[in-house]
Amino acid sequence: MTTIREKLVLVGNGMAGIGTIEQILKLGGAYDITVFGSEPHPNYNRIMLSYVLEGSKTLNDIILNDWNWYEDNNITLHTGTMVTRIDEGSKQVVTDSGMLVPYDKVIIATGSNSFILPVPGSDKEGVVGFRDISDCDAMLAAAKQYNKAAVIGGGLLGLEAAKGLVNLGMDVTVVHLMEDLMERQLDRNASSMLQAELERQGVKFSMGKQTVELSGEQRVSGLCFSDGSTLAADFVVMAVGIKPNVTLAKDSGISVNRGIVVDDYLQTSMQNIYSIGECAEHRGMCYGLVAPLFEQGMVLAKHLCGSDTKPYEGSIVSTKLKISGVDVFSAGEFLDSPEHTVISSKDEWKRTYKKILLKNNVIVGAVLFGDVTESANLQKLVKQGAVMTDEIYTEVMGTGCCGGGAKKSTSVEAMADEEIVCGCNGVTKKAIVDAVTEHGFTTVDEIKACTGATRSCGGCKPVVEQILQFVLGDSFQQAAKQGICGCTTLSRDEIVAEITAKGLKTTKEVMNVLGWKQEEGCSKCRPAINYYLGMMNPDTYQDEKESRFVNERMGANIQKDGTYTVIPRMYGGVTTPEDLKKIADVSLKYDVKVVKVTGGQRLDLIGVKKEDLPKVWEELDMPSGYGYAKSLRTVKTCVGSQFCRFGTQDSLGMGALIERKYERLDFPAKFKIAVNGCPRNCAESCTKDIGIVGNDGGWEVFIGGNGGIKPRIADSFCKIKTDEELIEVCSAVMQYYRETGNYLERTSEWVERMGLERIQMVILNNEDNRKELAARIDFALTQVTDPWKKMLNDSSTRAALFEETRV
Amino acid sequence: MNKTTQTYPIGSVQDFLLQIGRVVIAGNVELAVFRTSDGAIYALENRSPHPKGGPLAEGIVSGHFLYDPLYDWKIDLRTGEVQAPDQGIVMTYPVSLVGDIVTVSL
Repeated sequence: MTTIREKLVLVGNGMAGIGTIEQILKLGGAYDITVFGSEPHPNYNRIMLSYVLEGSKTLNDIILNDWNWYEDNNITLHTGTMVTRIDEGSKQVVTDSGMLVPYDKVIIATGSNSFILPVPGSDKEGVVGFRDISDCDAMLAAAKQYNKAAVIGGGLLGLEAAKGLVNLGMDVTVVHLMEDLMERQLDRNASSMLQAELERQGVKFSMGKQTVELSGEQRVSGLCFSDGSTLAADFVVMAVGIKPNVTLAKDSGISVNRGIVVDDYLQTSMQNIYSIGECAEHRGMCYGLVAPLFEQGMVLAKHLCGSDTKPYEGSIVSTKLKISGVDVFSAGEFLDSPEHTVISSKDEWKRTYKKILLKNNVIVGAVLFGDVTESANLQKLVKQGAVMTDEIYTEVMGTGCCGGGAKKSTSVEAMADEEIVCGCNGVTKKAIVDAVTEHGFTTVDEIKACTGATRSCGGCKPVVEQILQFVLGDSFQQAAKQGICGCTTLSRDEIVAEITAKGLKTTKEVMNVLGWKQEEGCSKCRPAINYYLGMMNPDTYQDEKESRFVNERMGANIQKDGTYTVIPRMYGGVTTPEDLKKIADVSLKYDVKVVKVTGGQRLDLIGVKKEDLPKVWEELDMPSGYGYAKSLRTVKTCVGSQFCRFGTQDSLGMGALIERKYERLDFPAKFKIAVNGCPRNCAESCTKDIGIVGNDGGWEVFIGGNGGIKPRIADSFCKIKTDEELIEVCSAVMQYYRETGNYLERTSEWVERMGLERIQMVILNNEDNRKELAARIDFALTQVTDPWKKMLNDSSTRAALFEETRV
Repeated sequence: MNKTTQTYPIGSVQDFLLQIGRVVIAGNVELAVFRTSDGAIYALENRSPHPKGGPLAEGIVSGHFLYDPLYDWKIDLRTGEVQAPDQGIVMTYPVSLVGDIVTVSL
């Protein structure tokens, strides 16, 4: 074997280029590969930048090929290096650092740049695009320093950028030239629903505005529009579009229109030079989405490896918006015209919208808003040019009630092997089928670990499941849909419904009857099921200590060294000199390491030995403050009308009353309340699950605030005149959350999932319902007892849990 | 490891609540002892193999697996092996029943 390997140079270290290289390696292509990237990073998932911005993912989470991957595959990688020219005569590429690298074949995958509007002032400080990690970093930094942001462009990228900046705490206005958002993917109906939803989430809009100048000194300070109006902004994101990055091709004498012109085998006008991705123009189309890039990469990889391949004939594009809690999808044609048959359904209560367009009975496009479960399916139908049948109609327009009817598998059967199933990671149907047949995989998780399909946005999961079903036939038990954990495919709502329908009494019974994979569950589902059972049967359910997390089982928070913390109740943050003295004495006697004032206005004794816990409780003789539990923690208060000259309401009294009333009850997650005596809001209602603000004549209630990992300002829920009504509304909100919340879901997430208006409708517009909810929580509250007292009176459990046997 | 093994009685079966770990100090070793729902009893060193350490006794028990209380690692009580994707091993000690007295050999 003395064959000399051909030299392949890839210019552009992004998803399109590296995706192609991965395919070449899979096909056993024998090339010496050199990669040039202008960014200082290995290949990362550009479409996930929106998640990095909104904080749900880190840079490390979105790396697709780490440094080791290049090394393991003997690929030479030059980061931070630009290729400036391809010299056809000497068959070398030239870099900005003066390197000369010989080639046999070159792939240009230089992607695109943000299109920066050519208006005066667009070069000012504080104006960025949204394309790469450095743009992302600029936004994160700007959010720390500045407050007013403008995003120019109401397309996919602009909206994702805007929501990210809102999450970072900026005041954000989206400026859009057209009257409809995402007008290139959505019709007017979906656009207006999307705008309403984003406004609810705090994004402002300035529609039909053409930006003619960016004003300011060195740094941008505002935008001027063609109609003479202005908008103040000290940070501007340009998201009006992308421009194929064709500089290298142009400077090397390769034909360029809008993008680098390629034929059906991705070949440019220059011999041995290929181009794919956002920089390429195929049959007059430049694509700005990820799926077409993989389809191109697949054809090119086969072509370069000498395998048989169909030519690339263009892609049908579909779009999904990546903003948490906003589901939008569109594929193919989306604007009605007289020649279309339109199937549509709009539900303003559930805020969902579905439209399917037919031409001569062929499905040519679809738009979904609010409920995108059928997106993968519709994308496929559009792509195949499927003819609408009664069966398909039922499937895609069905009410989607539980059971879901028999899922079809015919369509995946008809799918070509080459078809990309997972657009984010370029995984084909064949790769998934091979994974199943060669490794005997049977679950989506196994497929994910092996091929990467479903790893990123998860949109292709339904299709992956169908392929599993198709390959495994009857041995594929049930669609492995996302259950509450790996032990089950059932959702929270399905489990709760089954518990009611079948009268299930214990976690063991639930898991046994509902066919859990792991007989006794895991650390995720056991505590959850234990909570649901207790919530549903407050008087008859026997709480299972063995299904509680350590903190709730022990009645104290475990620390990393195995010691515990003790937080006694201090109702409304008020204590007495006698109680303080007792806390001091006990802390000294039991050698407490630190006495800390908590965020919730009480004291935390840190570093208590496990075997000392019962003695500490006994000598304190105070109720547990539940600082360890998914339960009401503390009610934070301000001084209020008892003493404060501004106070309009007795916040101290109301806070203590609320804390005494609702303490000890289990919730889906921890629960925090604040009560304020006046609108100055000194006890910070805006970041509490329920925030109560007094005013001269009543109270205002806020819900869904959170100051934790994903801060969220609480929404104003209602205004109330009397204390009795206040308690009734609090009761109803808490019980509605207890009955509908997912275990571990804070109210901040719950309010976003349910929708504020729906919660208001259930509680405020329906007096009977409100009173029933309040009665149910009152009944549940009659069942609770202090856990520390209970433990002190139960010597055998106490010994088993807290005492060490020495032999 | 040619140390002589020593056997310690550590209590009666009823002292170990089902699926709830208990700390036992035998000689100079701190153990976490578990009784699983099938009645089997396992003794492991009461220290997580996680780099940050910490106890095991307060974890959630499912079948013959333990979910450690601090880092949620899944550990096989029979072998002490940490399950993928995490890695590590916990020292395990043989347990026997004499009548209803539980003994552990170190």
